[in-house]
Amino acid sequence: MNAVRRRALLAVPVAAAVARDVAAQPAVEEDFAAAERAILAGRTPVAGGIAIDMPQLSENGNSVDLAIKVESAMTATDHVTAIHILAEKNPVPRVARFALSPRAGRAEVATRIRLATTQTILVLAETSTGQVHRASRDVIVILGACVDGG
Amino acid sequence: MSGSITARITLPEQAHRGEVVPIRVLVRHPMDRGIDAPGLRPVPRRILHSFRVTYAGEEVFRMDLSPGIAANPYVEFTTVAVETGDLVFEWIEDGGAVYRREARLVVA
Amino acid sequence: MIGRPAAALLACAALGTLAAASEIRPSRDFLSPELRAQQDDPSRHPGWLWVEEGEALWRRGEASCQSCHGDIAGMAGVAARYPAVAADGVLLNLEGRIERCRTQHQAQRAFGYESEPLLSLTAAVALRSRGMPVSVAVDGPAAPFVEAGRRFYETRQGQLNLACTQCHDENAGRRLRGDVISNGLGTGYPAYRLEWNALGSLHRRLRACSLGVRATQFDFGSPEYLALELYLASRANGLPIEAPGLRR
Repeated sequence: MNAVRRRALLAVPVAAAVARDVAAQPAVEEDFAAAERAILAGRTPVAGGIAIDMPQLSENGNSVDLAIKVESAMTATDHVTAIHILAEKNPVPRVARFALSPRAGRAEVATRIRLATTQTILVLAETSTGQVHRASRDVIVILGACVDGG
Repeated sequence: MSGSITARITLPEQAHRGEVVPIRVLVRHPMDRGIDAPGLRPVPRRILHSFRVTYAGEEVFRMDLSPGIAANPYVEFTTVAVETGDLVFEWIEDGGAVYRREARLVVA
Repeated sequence: MIGRPAAALLACAALGTLAAASEIRPSRDFLSPELRAQQDDPSRHPGWLWVEEGEALWRRGEASCQSCHGDIAGMAGVAARYPAVAADGVLLNLEGRIERCRTQHQAQRAFGYESEPLLSLTAAVALRSRGMPVSVAVDGPAAPFVEAGRRFYETRQGQLNLACTQCHDENAGRRLRGDVISNGLGTGYPAYRLEWNALGSLHRRLRACSLGVRATQFDFGSPEYLALELYLASRANGLPIEAPGLRR
């Protein structure tokens, strides 16, 4: 139990510290392509293995439902360690990063994101075996329906 | 620093050992982007940038959030029911404030 | 005689296609399947964050709501009867009723319209009527208010010269700038609107409508919007309360 805990703790802070720095410095804007390169860190992504559930046409860019399922046994030796959501045309391309362990049981997460405009959403999933899976989806974002100010 | 936060955590009250349990979390927060755009009030950035969940003392889920996460953040994830214990949900806000909530999972 | 149909035709053309008036349908019928499912699911509906806060407020303090009314479950059906005319002849909506309780029975300062505590408490009380049919009184002392509301609803106003009925009856179900026009019943309010990123009152929504047709925006709790709210509720009589709703 202790060994597992220590390993988990050791595995997380390095990646988390990087993401935290990005989060803590909003003035430094990272380009979409650069963000993907940074996550890949020289690895060649494998297409597929990821199901993205998101409306093709979003009613409101303030709140877009996004669910991600990565094919994985989620065992101690072969599991998803991180899932990244990147948005091509958002001011901050790195939308979210999820850190998972075998304790998740399944590599499935869902959240709600903001989308500035019609664009491509990219999902990268890192595994404990050193692979990176990659999938993308296009989404059309309609602007708010009503003039609001009241 | 620790404060109170309104959150709605949905999980089964009971689960069998080894069952994969879905957990849904809604938390009240404006997730102020600090972006000055037409129609938006220019307010300084203030978001929950980190969300961490421990279960029976061990971290089981972590999420790094950005200004691209919708206001009143929603997140759904799963965990394997291992033993009866508390799930501790912890959010960290820009500026360092930490908010914490707990929920108990009974494992049969 | 020639001018009026031409003007009506123009207004309809601006909205898209011509549509025939039909029966009044529940607001949820106009939601996308995704939004409707979310409205029905407290674990995914952010409006419940306000409900939780409202339930806490219900119990707070010595002269709490609970100390007079008991458990909030006892509020079942109350929201369905508002707006209603009080004994002194004043038309009150649910927000107004709560504010009166504050000032007259709890010896507290009013929360203020559209304040977070008032929205939360209103949502928590309204939730207890969720799914119950709207049943506002339209006769007796309510009759003149219903009539004033009906006139407001049917009168063209603003730079776009549009009456509520032109959108919400003649073009209900059609799309307007990406959204679907409902029958405008207000049964989902207070509602969480994605556009607001927050819970808001019906009067906030009405102010957005007024702005949309470039007409006068009345104050929160104004007699104009209160009468309109009652008239909308009279149109919704028999249809289910959806509060807290989820709207675009």
